[in-house]
Amino acid sequence: MIYRISGLVYTYPTAAGKKVLDGVSLTVAAGEVLTLLGRNGAGKSTLLSCMLGLLRPQAGELLLTGRSIGAMSAREIAATVGYVPQFHLPGFDYTVLDFVVMGCASRIGFFSRPGRREREDAEAALEELHISHLRDRPYTRISGGERQQAIIARTIVSRPQALLFDEPTAHLDFGNQMRVLRCIKALAAKGYAVVMTTHNPDHALLLGGRAALLDGCGRLGSGRTEEIVTQRMLSDMYGADIRLEHVASIGRKVAVYPSL
Amino acid sequence: MRKQSPKGGRSLAAIYLTSALLLLAGVVLAVCAGKYPLSPAESLRILLNGLLGRDSGYPLMTQNVVMGLRLPRILGSVLVGAALSISGAAYQSSFKNPLVSPDLLGISSGACIGAAAAILLSLPTAGISLFAFLGGIAAVTLTMSIPVLIGNRSNVVLVLSGVIVGAAMSSILGFIKYIADPETQLASITYWSMGSFAYVTLGELMILLPVLLVPTVVLLLLSWWIDVLSMGETEARALGANVNLVRGITIACATLLTAGSVCIAGTIGWVGLIVPHFGRMLTDPSNRRLMPLCGLLGGLFMLAVDTLTRTIGVTEMPVSILTGVIGAPFYCWLLFRQRRSLG
Repeated sequence: MIYRISGLVYTYPTAAGKKVLDGVSLTVAAGEVLTLLGRNGAGKSTLLSCMLGLLRPQAGELLLTGRSIGAMSAREIAATVGYVPQFHLPGFDYTVLDFVVMGCASRIGFFSRPGRREREDAEAALEELHISHLRDRPYTRISGGERQQAIIARTIVSRPQALLFDEPTAHLDFGNQMRVLRCIKALAAKGYAVVMTTHNPDHALLLGGRAALLDGCGRLGSGRTEEIVTQRMLSDMYGADIRLEHVASIGRKVAVYPSL
Repeated sequence: MRKQSPKGGRSLAAIYLTSALLLLAGVVLAVCAGKYPLSPAESLRILLNGLLGRDSGYPLMTQNVVMGLRLPRILGSVLVGAALSISGAAYQSSFKNPLVSPDLLGISSGACIGAAAAILLSLPTAGISLFAFLGGIAAVTLTMSIPVLIGNRSNVVLVLSGVIVGAAMSSILGFIKYIADPETQLASITYWSMGSFAYVTLGELMILLPVLLVPTVVLLLLSWWIDVLSMGETEARALGANVNLVRGITIACATLLTAGSVCIAGTIGWVGLIVPHFGRMLTDPSNRRLMPLCGLLGGLFMLAVDTLTRTIGVTEMPVSILTGVIGAPFYCWLLFRQRRSLG
């Protein structure tokens, strides 16, 4: 197991005792995709932050590759988990290659800098995501979809065991959303443990694998996607009429609104 | 393995070499220029002989003008320009904010107050630089804490916070001037707050040289980590950076550079903002390549400005007049370029 989480409790210091996560338990194995669903403010990003060691839960256990995450250094965590943030606001126009090389940070010494090996690893990651041609372009001047690919390349360059995606499809057009999902599925097939948050239940259905659902009161249920993502659970969670329809021509269930 | 190529296919070595040659040529030209004009050949001869401690055979007054007046001033302006530019690049990266510089963050004014307080206490040069550093650190701490207190960490709020701290600092400076001894202290405090290279001496430069060299070396060693820091706090942490340590050292070093510059020439605005941007246009934002270039270009820029201020008028003009004339429209252009990421 890459992640073994049990009884996790997290309360924001300013939130006067309201538990964002209340006894969350979850496991994520290598090579599997876990889609994390929940309403706005249900705690999806909070859970990811705990899984990255950026937030310290008040209670419960969070084991990353068998070790308590609280006992791991930022470097050890970064070497094990890659993080694809929801918003990436660029400050300066680094070249795509320089940007991807930063993914090697967990193995660079303090007064040191990346060398040829790190550059080669970064080029391999660019190759793997089919964006080698963007190598010398400023990463501020490529399209949103290409930048998402560059961020994923930066994440896999250090060969972590788990990848956490915070709403990777949120700011992409329809076609790029599909491409990112395809890429995520391919990464899981390569053996990464992938966790992804999304607001679109259909993405969970497309990816298959496992799904987890945060109910808005800090509790989480998880299981195989077809068990978790059901018509009733979706309608309850989002407070709207949502249907799961089997579309014969494509041979799968699709999550849709029947009408407005 | 292909070498990293900066923008437009120009090679990095060519950019460094051109800047270094321009800087050298600028130094020679600056030795020539002034009320007693000299030819480049003459000034080179006087310079080289003077540096070797020999008599070049020129009139003693000419030798004194070159070695005693122009050389310290030229070295001072090159060092200060380099230090302020590297310091500006470091602040811009560590705050992930291209709109800041030592002066706009209020750090120069803070360092100036420290220096003024030290003059008030009649401390020696070492004491003045220590106080300037402490004043700079106090100012940067204040500037950084205002956005945290109001819970808005946008680029504009940080700049406004620098405006507030700068305003507070100039009030305090006014008060220090008010209580300073007009016979002995006021003139030198005024000189510091105006910014000028007119009274730079070689002895003082030698004392302050480590204050500029040590932080520069540390920043160059840390330059790649400063790049990682410029990804923003959360991302830098997720990438495995020790954010507090890298940022702490970076800000301390950048503040030392600012304080050292203030000790040499007082507060000089805009250089630390303009030069890093110009450097990024020539190469790219990677601090490994940018910081050395900032040193060369900043030295060249400051040297050019100082040489102009002492040659174009009948009497000498304060440096900040020229840097302001260049800096203000530049900032306007920068705001225009950044308009989408403001707020």
